[in-house]
Amino acid sequence: MGVEIKVENLSKSFGKQLIWGNVSLTVPAGEICVMLGPSGTGKSVFLKTLIGLLKPDEGSIVIEGTDIATCSEKELYEIRKLFGVLFQDGAMFGSMNLYDNVAFPLREHTKKSESEIRDIVMEKMDLVGLIGAEDKLPGEISGGMRKRAGLARALVLDPEIVLFDEPDSGLDPVRTAFLNQLIVDLNAQIDATFLIVTHDINTARTVPDNIGLLYHRHLAMFGPREMLLSSEEPVVRQFLNAQRVGPIGMSEEKDADELAAEEGQELPPLPPIPLQLDPSNGIARRSQRPPGEWCRENGVTPPPGSFEQNMTMVTGS
Amino acid sequence: MSSLTASRVLAPVGTAGNLFAFGLDVARSLFRRPFQMREFIQQAWFIASVTIIPTALVAIPFGAVIALQVGGLIKQFGAQSFTGSAAVLAVVREAGPIATSLLIAGAAGSAIAADLGARKIREELDAMMVLGIDPIQRLVVPRVLACMLVAVFLNGLVSVVGVAGGYVFNVVLQDGTPGAYLASFTALAQLPDLWQGMLKALVFGLIAAVVACYKGMNAKGGPKGVGDAVNESVVITFMLLFVVNFVMSAIYFQLVPPKTG
Repeated sequence: MGVEIKVENLSKSFGKQLIWGNVSLTVPAGEICVMLGPSGTGKSVFLKTLIGLLKPDEGSIVIEGTDIATCSEKELYEIRKLFGVLFQDGAMFGSMNLYDNVAFPLREHTKKSESEIRDIVMEKMDLVGLIGAEDKLPGEISGGMRKRAGLARALVLDPEIVLFDEPDSGLDPVRTAFLNQLIVDLNAQIDATFLIVTHDINTARTVPDNIGLLYHRHLAMFGPREMLLSSEEPVVRQFLNAQRVGPIGMSEEKDADELAAEEGQELPPLPPIPLQLDPSNGIARRSQRPPGEWCRENGVTPPPGSFEQNMTMVTGS
Repeated sequence: MSSLTASRVLAPVGTAGNLFAFGLDVARSLFRRPFQMREFIQQAWFIASVTIIPTALVAIPFGAVIALQVGGLIKQFGAQSFTGSAAVLAVVREAGPIATSLLIAGAAGSAIAADLGARKIREELDAMMVLGIDPIQRLVVPRVLACMLVAVFLNGLVSVVGVAGGYVFNVVLQDGTPGAYLASFTALAQLPDLWQGMLKALVFGLIAAVVACYKGMNAKGGPKGVGDAVNESVVITFMLLFVVNFVMSAIYFQLVPPKTG
């Protein structure tokens, strides 16, 4: 049924360079969250901190009553069994074929017989559409396939929390759409907590229940999807709509001159909020909220044309 | 500025400390079940397969050079009958462990560092940790044990091949008498020499594997990082092994008095 991740006051720096500070957020149980941010703002570092691969300098990450930032190595290995992580390049073990890769966690952690393992592995391989490729080595397949194989391996222990490190990087738009649909369907099926780190705004606009934005060494905003998509906050607005006008520049932030040059420039209107991606069986996920609910509850008027069927995705205007 | 200099001066101390801490981690994981038998056998086989032939080929000239050098020198003393004894002493006590260390560090260590380094930069090690598996227990411990085991066997191989090489050179090229060569074997050498050679090889295998694993698991910065890790692991292992060899020899001479007559 998914597990909540409670992050408080988290800071991380490498040497003297602060990556991000003071990050506080709660990833609600069973919901899909997306963590956005311009390149190089430490999104992957955030993900690695969540699974305890990197130790934060300050703050706490509480999962099921255990603080990952301070717990012992032994507890960490226990708590990690709740996690499934999809790494950027899949991180498949190069010396094993795909079948053995996916079966690896089962063989290490369970006492299942080989035939039971085979059933589970085949089910997961089917889920990600890799039936027939079990005997391939990770070096012999495309990046997209490696990613899907990585997803199969991440799901094999029925995790309570699934983390995705840029699931859409290096994939073509069609495959990205399929993968996004797969993520939504998976969430409907296993009800785990999903956290996706990405900078693909298409994914961010249509997939999650909640969106977070890391920018300029802090968490700029975290909240329900509709809150961020209807937000007038300059950074959020610029990033989620892929505009050049705004505080984010080519290298991190713009300097005063560039900002002054933009003074008075008319911001393009907020594009309409698209409908959230439904599971392919059409039955809403447990954590899914009806379109426009947040806007109504908080008295926010969504941009005109929001929540219409078959809306074209126009961004970057 | 001063703190910058200080941190730079103290950096090697930090690295040494990290290496030592890593060694302790390995020692602790040594007793954690389940033991990875399959990985251990695979690694032992792999390390043996990359080291046996080079070791044998190094041992022959090693034994020959000792026979030539000592043979020439000993002739001037008029003590030819001790040639065999000197060769055995030199090969078993020093040449065996040293040749073993060179091969273990150069062939096995570099292979281990490259393997783990490649896994590190492909995030395989992270993935493993996230799957709840400790890479030290799963990958490092079997490699360290395999390296120690193979090092002991290699030491035996070097001793046998080295002495045989010395015999051939002494008898064929220096006109030594086979009987005198063989008969003088036990004149100076004694059984503890063999034990200390094996102990040295065991320690060398341990050091080489720990350094290689440490460097491999801490590789960073893409493919170049793997190359750097391999390079550093071989250099550091060589330096450590020669120092340790000296120290162990010195201790041995204090503990076991040389045989007289």
